[in-house]
Parts: sequence; structure tokens; C-alpha cells
Amino acid sequence: MESAAASYVSLADLKSSHNVLATPAEAPAHVGCGTSGGEGKASCGTSAGPDDMPAHVWDKVKNHPCYSEEAHHHYARMHVAVAPACNIQCNYCNRKYDCSNESRPGVVSQKLTPEQAVKKVVAVASEIPQMTVLGVAGPGDSLANPKKTFDTFRMLQEQAPDIKLCLSTNGLALPDLVDEICKYNIDHVTITINMVDPEIGAKIYPWIFWDHKRITGVEASRILHEQQMKGLEMLTARGVLTKINSVLIPGINDAHMIEVNKAVKARGAFLHNIMPLISEAEHGTVFGLTGQRGPTAQELKAVQDACMGGANLMRHCRQCRADAVGLLGEDRSEEFTLDKIEEMEVVYDLDRRRTYQERVEAERQAQHAAKVEALAATEGNEAAKDIKVLVAVATTGGGRVNQHFGHADEFQIFEVSAGEALFVGHRRVDLYCQGGYGEDEQLPSIVNAINDCHAVLVSKIGACPRDELKGAGIEPVDAYADEFIEKAALSWFADYTGRVARGEIAHAERGDASIRQGAFTAAA
Amino acid sequence: MSLKIIANLCTGCSACEPECPNEAISELKNLFVIDPDKCTECEGDYDTPQCVAVCPIDDCILPLQTQAA
Repeated sequence: MESAAASYVSLADLKSSHNVLATPAEAPAHVGCGTSGGEGKASCGTSAGPDDMPAHVWDKVKNHPCYSEEAHHHYARMHVAVAPACNIQCNYCNRKYDCSNESRPGVVSQKLTPEQAVKKVVAVASEIPQMTVLGVAGPGDSLANPKKTFDTFRMLQEQAPDIKLCLSTNGLALPDLVDEICKYNIDHVTITINMVDPEIGAKIYPWIFWDHKRITGVEASRILHEQQMKGLEMLTARGVLTKINSVLIPGINDAHMIEVNKAVKARGAFLHNIMPLISEAEHGTVFGLTGQRGPTAQELKAVQDACMGGANLMRHCRQCRADAVGLLGEDRSEEFTLDKIEEMEVVYDLDRRRTYQERVEAERQAQHAAKVEALAATEGNEAAKDIKVLVAVATTGGGRVNQHFGHADEFQIFEVSAGEALFVGHRRVDLYCQGGYGEDEQLPSIVNAINDCHAVLVSKIGACPRDELKGAGIEPVDAYADEFIEKAALSWFADYTGRVARGEIAHAERGDASIRQGAFTAAA
Repeated sequence: MSLKIIANLCTGCSACEPECPNEAISELKNLFVIDPDKCTECEGDYDTPQCVAVCPIDDCILPLQTQAA
């Protein structure tokens, strides 16, 4: 993101402006996920609110940006790279890779000792009071490095007892460490489960290290699968919330994903996060080198939609790095390198953090209520029962259409039909505006990323991209600037279907869109 | 007999270190090295050298003799 520092609107400014709330009154309103529970729950997983789940569960997820779609706009997380070792090999992972412009999972710039990690967490928590969650997510496997992972947790708990701890793992070592996990009051564990059929697993995992041996083939995946299922069951039995991450690999596990969803739901998984494979030759992964492609946006959505009704789906994952810092979708890790932490004067003020978080919570409740009220006033469109379209939305947060087209580095995607606008995902794009001018060569990639959408809702848009988008069949819409997203989407939809009904335009299906691969920034 | 970690292939991931039955592996400038005086290539302890079996990089850990030749 640093590459945008010299641009017309500094991305860093944009990010920090809605990251740090100056005063609650000036704070941006809450960004919704399409619904606040009820019918939308299955597609939007954790957009569910306190009315949709038992109080003790809500208590665990409400401040966790990965477990609660709503929370992710208000609370930040960080990962510390204390766990470099791994006990399995995955075909989508290259352990040699390290690049600061890269946002793939598992990639880090600097591995840390537990002592360094704790220092970093305390420094970040002092600087970013809404940082509520610390995760150990690699770059290897947290549980293949149990001493480093648990040393980090133990030391952090002594210094910053209010920070929630979580970890992610491939599950191989999980059953042996469940009791240890519970000792540290870890409420959230993510397990990456890509298959429940070892024959399929053999195409994803070339080997595992197990019982002092390297085991290959179907046998390796059989052992991994058994450990994953056992570990998941044990966590569920102990009341630990689990999120299952699955990498969607076309031709390998796409048709199988519904089985994975059923299997993890049956064992009590709280959330299922189906993520697209990121695969480019330059990543040097086995899949990158064999030309295994990732799914298109519509392929990913089709699988996610097919899994609705099973385990709740997470649709707001940004596939962040194993050393990411900040709100989901942003990475402030550059501000907290070891050198910089050394120079910081760190005062861990628990009361200040609590006071700040109480303000965040009050603001969040107020925004939520305002949105519910705005939506209640929106009339459904009974005439357009058969039409369902996607719209892309440019937003800086607050649940409103409030971002200039040229300043968007991602679009939220809503599926809109008569009376309902549902958050179904997001698309990263290369920034259109750099240095104050539109970059025309960026536009085709933005069009590709939202090519399955009928419209893009923005606060403003220049004449040039407006014409280009129209040419590509995507309607640029700036008539609903600063409206709540769902209200804006439904109003546009009513207008659109009205025009269709009057014969002014013909409704046509849109094509597919591509998922942005690899590097976080457009240009270094 | 001993194994050697090829420095320009080592990622410093540390997977090998705790697996060594002889505590022959240690960290040096973010990478890992094997003490040839302690390494037994796991003979008598395991069927295969543990560091080789767990290392994610092919041919990163080789017999010292091969390296010298």
C-alpha cells in the first residue's frame, strides 16, 4: 500500500481516517453486510447479531473481526509470525516466498521470537485501541511450533489480558494440543480443511511429517483428514468456536466442497470460509507452476451459494498475510517493524483501551439502529420478482455509498433482488486514481473484477471511467451518495426494474468476473 | 557421518531444529546449521534423518561428503 503514498489521495490517509475514530460523533457509520441477521444469515454468516445466537457465543464473536462480519469494520486484528515451521506440504504454498508487496496468506516479511512478538502486540495495541485480537497464523503452522505459539500466548496474557487469542492450523497436531489450547482461554481456532476424501487430498498435499516419518500419497491425506475431524470434534466438545478455511481449487475440490461443508457442520464448525485459490507461476507454488488456475468470481460464488444452509459462510475474508496488522483489508504492519517498535514509547493503558472500545461499541449500536430504520422505510419491489443482480459498491466504511470510484481499492458486492440486498463478497482492484489522474490502463482490470455486476454505486465518478463502464455494460450510479448501501442498492434496483418494465432497457444477464491474483499493490 | 544444510536454500523455518535427536541443529543468522560432530544422520534413532524428512525444501539438507565432493 505504501506505493500509493505519493498519490492524489494518499491511501494511508484514507485508511487511517476511518481506522482511528477521533470522536464518536465524527466516526463513520457502520458498514453493514447486507443483513443484520434473519434471512441473510446463511449467506453472510456472522452478520448475525445478538438476537441470532446464544449470549455466550455472541460475547465471543462480537469483537472478533474474522468471526463477525459486522465487527470487522470496527475492530482490528493482528498476526504475529512466530510459527515458521510446518508439518505438512501444500501444493498452493511456497515456503521460500517472502515479499512485502504480497498479500497471500502465509507470506511474511520478518519472523519473530515470542518475546519480540509480545512487544510488537503491546506496541500495536497501545497505538490502535480497537485492536482486540491476536492470531498466530504461521507462516508455517501454529501447532507445528507449539512452544513458540504458546509462549507467545502466555507472555501476552500476562501483559495484555484483554486481548483475545486465536490461532489457525492445518489440524495435523490439533488433537494432541486441544487441552493446551483450552488452558489459554483461546475462544477461536481456525482449521484449514480442503477435503474430507483422502483421494482428493492426495492432489493437494504431497506429504505430511507424522510420527517421525515423511508420509506421502493417499495415506498422508487419510491421516491428516482423521486428525482434522478429531480435532474439530474435540474443540466443539469444549465450546471453542471454530472457523474452517477451505481453499477452492477448480477441478480438484470444487465439486467436493459441499461435502466438506456438511462434514464440518456436522461436527459443530461455527463458520465456513471458502476462499479462492491464488495461483500464479511467479509465486513458485506447485499449483502455480503446473498452471492450476484459481476460480472465477462466479465459480466461487456458485460454490458458496451451494453451501448456504450448511455451516454459516464467511464472505468477508481478505486472505491476509501471516503478519498483517489492522482492520481486515488493510495492512499497517509497515508501521510496526521491529526497528520502529524499538523507538516507540509504549504504555499499555488498559483503561484507555476499554473506554475507547466502549465508544466504538456505542457508535456501532447507533449506526446499526440507523441502518435498520433506513431499511424499514425502503419499499420492496414486488414487480421484479424474477430479477436478481449483483451491484458493486465503493465505500470507505460506515455502511454507506461514500467513496469516489477512483479511490476504491476494493468493491463490496451485493446481490439485489426484490426487497433484499445481500452482501456476498468483495473484489480487490488496482486503484484507478493515481497522482490525481485516472489511469486508463487500470480500468480494464477494474471492469474485469466487477464484470458480473449490473451497476457500480459510488459517491462520485469521472466522465472518462463513466463512459468506459457504460461501454462495458456496467451502469455507473452516483445518485445515492452517502445513502446506506442496502437502501441505495434497493432504490437503484427499483429504478432499474422500472426502466425494464417500461421497456426503456432490456434486462440481460452479466458475464463472469475475475478474482485479482497476487500482489497487494499495483506498482512498487 | 553428518548432514549439512545448504545455506542458500534454507528458509530458516526451524522445522528441523526440534526434530533432531542429537540437538545438532542450531540457528545462525536466521538460518539453521548442523554441528557435524553431533549429527549421526539419525542412525540408531530413526529410519530416515528427521531433518531431511521434515524440511520443506528439496535437496536443502544433504550428506556432508556429497557437498565436499
